[in-house]
Amino acid sequence: MTLLFPEWRDQPLDEALRACRDLLEDDRFPTVRRWRDAGGRVIGHFQVYFPEEIAHAGGLLPFKVRGAPIEPTRADSHFGSYLCSILKTSLELALSQRVQFEAFFTHPICDAARNLAGVWGRNFPYPCQILYLPQNANSAHAAEYLRHEYDRVRRTLEPIAGRAITDDDVRRSIAVYNENRALLREIYELKRTAPWLLPADEAYVLVALGGLLPREEHNELLRTLLPRVRERPARPRDRIRVVFEGGFCEQPPLDLIRMIGRSCYVVDDDLLIGLRWIVEDVPPSGDPLQALATAYLEQSSHSPVQHDLRKPKGEMLLKRIQESGAQAAIVTAAKMCEPGLEEQVVHTRTLDQAGIPYFVSEFEENMTSFDQLEIQLETFVENLLFE
Amino acid sequence: MTTATPEIVGRGNADGARLFREWFTDLTAAAAAGRGAAYVFVMGSLAELLRTFDLPIVFPEINSLQTAVRRVAHEYLAEAEEYGYSPDICGYVKADVATQLRGGVLPMGKIPKPAVAVLTNACNTYIKWAEIWERMHGTPTFVLDVPGSRAAGLKPGPGDRDFEGDRTYVLAQLRELITLLERVTGRSFDVDRLRESLGHANRMSRAWERLLQLNRSRPSVFNALSDGTIYLGVANALRGTPEGAAYFEDLVAEMEYKVAHGIGTLTEEKWRLVFVGVPCYPIFRRFNELFGEWGGTFVNSTYLWFASGGTNLGFQYDLARPLDSLAEGLLVSVRDAMDSMFFQTRILADMIDGYQIDGVVFHPIKSCRTVSTGLADNRRALMEMKDIATLFIESDMMDRRVVSEAQMKNRVDAFFEGLASRRAQAAIAAAGR
Repeated sequence: MTLLFPEWRDQPLDEALRACRDLLEDDRFPTVRRWRDAGGRVIGHFQVYFPEEIAHAGGLLPFKVRGAPIEPTRADSHFGSYLCSILKTSLELALSQRVQFEAFFTHPICDAARNLAGVWGRNFPYPCQILYLPQNANSAHAAEYLRHEYDRVRRTLEPIAGRAITDDDVRRSIAVYNENRALLREIYELKRTAPWLLPADEAYVLVALGGLLPREEHNELLRTLLPRVRERPARPRDRIRVVFEGGFCEQPPLDLIRMIGRSCYVVDDDLLIGLRWIVEDVPPSGDPLQALATAYLEQSSHSPVQHDLRKPKGEMLLKRIQESGAQAAIVTAAKMCEPGLEEQVVHTRTLDQAGIPYFVSEFEENMTSFDQLEIQLETFVENLLFE
Repeated sequence: MTTATPEIVGRGNADGARLFREWFTDLTAAAAAGRGAAYVFVMGSLAELLRTFDLPIVFPEINSLQTAVRRVAHEYLAEAEEYGYSPDICGYVKADVATQLRGGVLPMGKIPKPAVAVLTNACNTYIKWAEIWERMHGTPTFVLDVPGSRAAGLKPGPGDRDFEGDRTYVLAQLRELITLLERVTGRSFDVDRLRESLGHANRMSRAWERLLQLNRSRPSVFNALSDGTIYLGVANALRGTPEGAAYFEDLVAEMEYKVAHGIGTLTEEKWRLVFVGVPCYPIFRRFNELFGEWGGTFVNSTYLWFASGGTNLGFQYDLARPLDSLAEGLLVSVRDAMDSMFFQTRILADMIDGYQIDGVVFHPIKSCRTVSTGLADNRRALMEMKDIATLFIESDMMDRRVVSEAQMKNRVDAFFEGLASRRAQAAIAAAGR
């Protein structure tokens, strides 16, 4: 397999982490270019969750489309005024050919995102589809339906892969992704138990690279770096432990996450939750599409864009706070994000009732100035530290 | 239906307003009696099924738009924003939040509390909305998942494995919903009542489809925006009832009479337009006047498609297999409603040809991303496909803070000047040939 990201290898830890950050922030997406240069094909999938194993099993590179902090100069005329930024910048990435795909999938996560299949399909000749993840998660038939939908995705991808994607192929990919899931869980275990070893922005970078690399390569990177992170000579600081909510789709700028990390330990969050949606190993035997479908419904995290009667939103936030030992929550939403903004009401009311302090804000991926926000957050933190 | 008299003209609007008032009077009575209602939405209301359980049916979308039409929406929006909801989310949701906080009080009367909420996934905000009732009232909610078209033009039909997979899923969910409804109401499901209700819906759907076709005539016989909204109210509120079916059969008779006698709308028709989006309810009458003053009339709209839940297809339930057929009808019709929002370019192109359209008015709104997100791109695609004049104006369906009438008038005036210029140039070109 072509090595897409050699820059971190044989580097001291801080240099390796810097290379990771540089890769994440490079809006020319060099790993995707290298993949294509080697003859590889790329499947773009919009936030939040996509069964990447199916694309991976066909030898395709799944690319997580999550916008970017860029100006949507070409995409702007394709949309109206009242929309979140991620929609526009995601299309911009494709229109400007920063990334090129052989297929694109979006999901009914929100009213705006569902429209992307239509928008994309009118501008690109390749398959642009909605993957209808089940929205009645409580139906006894949802998993069976989803298995069928995954099979449809497989049939869509096979001509692009140029070969059949067999059950054995998918099982092998599930094993690769199971290892990846375990490594991502390790990052979050570190965030909870020793957050001084892995600041919020570094943890975020390590997770986010999963959307840019073949998982084998991501696994190797994490397998190598995480033990070295554990050996860092860092000591605990006087910071409060917080949960960050609101990063399930549009992503806050990395500098914003770093800014939060200056006064808080982010011990859990919903940033890029789709990469961590399945919280346990998927059985690597049996019908692999059925296993993936069942895992989506039964072994999964939670987010504002999945309705599941077993996962009441307020209770899930409290669970996240309790399990991570957080003292407070940062409750954010991307500007113009309907589900995120609606969720803020639930979260703040829940936290009020539970007597848990919280900090509320909105963000946009293109934000560049955080001074005012930092002063507000520091005031919030000081109130907690010195009360 | 063939004994038409001149008195027939205008009957549809008068009867529609009366039926709508009566429906709301019934809801107020149900609220006074302490009865719980089924809260549903216009895209896949499942009224046909819910009526068999004798549940009063509340359409929060319709309640909310009524607050805008009656010019009190801002009071409701302010109350919900005070509660914590952002100015940037759906105005319908916020008006309903305030309605719930007010104990169901609306300008038109009072609505019962929700005993159950039944919703499809045609709009994601339906789901977030129902979660509010879950938290406020502990309402049991049921999301009936109707997988939509996966891509433009990807339309598998009966017999195709993907269609059958979806149909099986919808049918299975219907059975689960019936179990929930039996639990909530304490009544047993009665398949014969369902058959009866589906029969009424069949009559309405057949008439709705015919109604839309009748507006191909010149002059058009109803305004898709102003008159159409009245029809939509009845179509949703009385779906599955004999009164609803009779209303639409009478309406078709009225429109056939108008076609036969060359009677148009109140506007002297100079320009035939299509409306794309959701109406500007805060200035509903004035919005229409902006076009009417130039002789522009809306002869069709995507609103009449999606806000009727896809009734435009005229789907006919097979009464010999009611539940199976309900599943198929729901899948086909709700999917079509979604297509008219997400994949509408081909639909609009066909309207332009079939209805002799001069211009297309795109009206994206701040409140509704379901309908609005793709409009700018659709407009570009449509203009590449057809030589057609278009107007793109943004405002809102609820929030008067983002409705600028003066700015809108400027744009509308310029649009008609452009239309006149196009027509003049075409005439010159034709004369020169």
